Amino acid sequence: MAEEAPKKFLEPLFWTLFSAGGVVAALLMPVHIFLFGLALPLGWLQDLSHGRALALIEHPLVRIYLFVFCSLPLFHWAHRFRYTLYDGLQIKHLNEVITVFCYGGAIIGTALAGYVLWSIP
Amino acid sequence: MAETIQLEVTRYSPEHDAAPALQRFEVPYRKDWVVLDALNYIKDKLDGSLSYRWSCRMGICGSCGMMVNGEPKLTCATFLSHYAPGAVRVEPLRYFPVVRDLVIEMTDFMVKLQKVKPWIIRKDEKSIADGEYRQTPQQLDVYKQFSMCINCMLCYAACPVYGLDPLFTGPAAIALAQRYNMDSRDEGARERMDILSQHEGIWACTFVGECTKACPKNVDPAGAIQQYKLTAAKEWFKSLLVPWGAK
Amino acid sequence: MTRHEAKGATQYTPYHPRWYRTRVSTYWWLWKWYYLKFVLRELSSIFVAYFVVITLLQIHSLGRGPDAYVRFEERMRNPLMIALNAISFLFVLFHTITWFNLAPRAMVAHLGGKRVPDALIACSNYVAWLAISAVVAWFILR
Repeated sequence: MAEEAPKKFLEPLFWTLFSAGGVVAALLMPVHIFLFGLALPLGWLQDLSHGRALALIEHPLVRIYLFVFCSLPLFHWAHRFRYTLYDGLQIKHLNEVITVFCYGGAIIGTALAGYVLWSIP
Repeated sequence: MAETIQLEVTRYSPEHDAAPALQRFEVPYRKDWVVLDALNYIKDKLDGSLSYRWSCRMGICGSCGMMVNGEPKLTCATFLSHYAPGAVRVEPLRYFPVVRDLVIEMTDFMVKLQKVKPWIIRKDEKSIADGEYRQTPQQLDVYKQFSMCINCMLCYAACPVYGLDPLFTGPAAIALAQRYNMDSRDEGARERMDILSQHEGIWACTFVGECTKACPKNVDPAGAIQQYKLTAAKEWFKSLLVPWGAK
Repeated sequence: MTRHEAKGATQYTPYHPRWYRTRVSTYWWLWKWYYLKFVLRELSSIFVAYFVVITLLQIHSLGRGPDAYVRFEERMRNPLMIALNAISFLFVLFHTITWFNLAPRAMVAHLGGKRVPDALIACSNYVAWLAISAVVAWFILR
């Protein structure tokens, strides 16, 4: 019995966000995790004081950079994780729930990033 | 003393069996034999009821695709010496329904292939008197790699997404769609885009990349699919920003 | 065969009682090394999202004053966090390497009529990555 497959209107957009997020994550994530996740906490480098960090983040370009750094990789995760759930756990029949969870999560993360970066003095 | 090698071959006869099972055969081992030679020996001398597809025995017809020790291979291009002295396990092509023994049902692939319209589409045809559609070698190079596909379906057997998602169009079909999209003589890219891009068609692909590894003709279907996704995404943005653009 | 001609309609392979259909196991990705590598690559996205959350928490603590910031730094020094961050670093590195190695297949560049070799595009990605990482590190640490 022939069935009309559902049309996927937003898929090209999701894939583009996934790709952009993938590039941002590939280029920027390693150095950020190395510095803030390993080198600074382990004391390999001179500590980044609160005052110094605030001074760095003051510039609007830095805030935009951080916004992009937080937002796009979340969309990268959303798209990739969605398909991992489809193929890994074979739960494609829950695709509405999964889609909302993944992209909704990315949107919420983006909104939070925008709020946090906007409201810093 | 003649050397032999063991073959474990899937047997499935729907009249008698509930599920496929492996049957062992002892086959002469010749250094220049391929798996297809071993299967032909079984059918000629040991068990004439063994069913399998083959034709050209030289890697161009795409008929003899099967799983050899768990990997999709053309049995006419896979040497026994590669696996000797161990047993060689021959099973039907993965992710396709099994009709009998090593024969699979390929209608799904045929339908998907036809769906992407793998032929030159033109808005207006030139008459014979106007001459041929001419193409430079550079224009040929753009799509030539994708035209080497022999429809052997090894890429489908390698693709886990195809096994999991019945709506996925699959590597070979999308690569062939791309082959025609990139052909300078073709004007059907828009038509194919509507068919492939807005349905599950290409977006289920997660670039596992095994299809390219399995391909005996170096078609690189994974590359074709990613390029198609890029084109489809560009078209989508263009259609948003320029909705009155020519359709 | 008119049902195959329906435009855009998807035809599931019809049920046929004599065909045998193997169900794909939930653990299909464990049966082949290259499938496992693929799933690990996909799971790296979880660690990417994790560190975005850490970054957001860091920025948030920054805005709440020096005490909150110091408490955040204390938590980051916890050995469990260090371990988690080390694992994240490895996974994100895996993402970077697989991404740059695959990117040339998706973006085919033609220069002067000939296709630019994949290795060249991949190399330029790595160079850009090292350069950008150096700039970011310099900016933060200067």
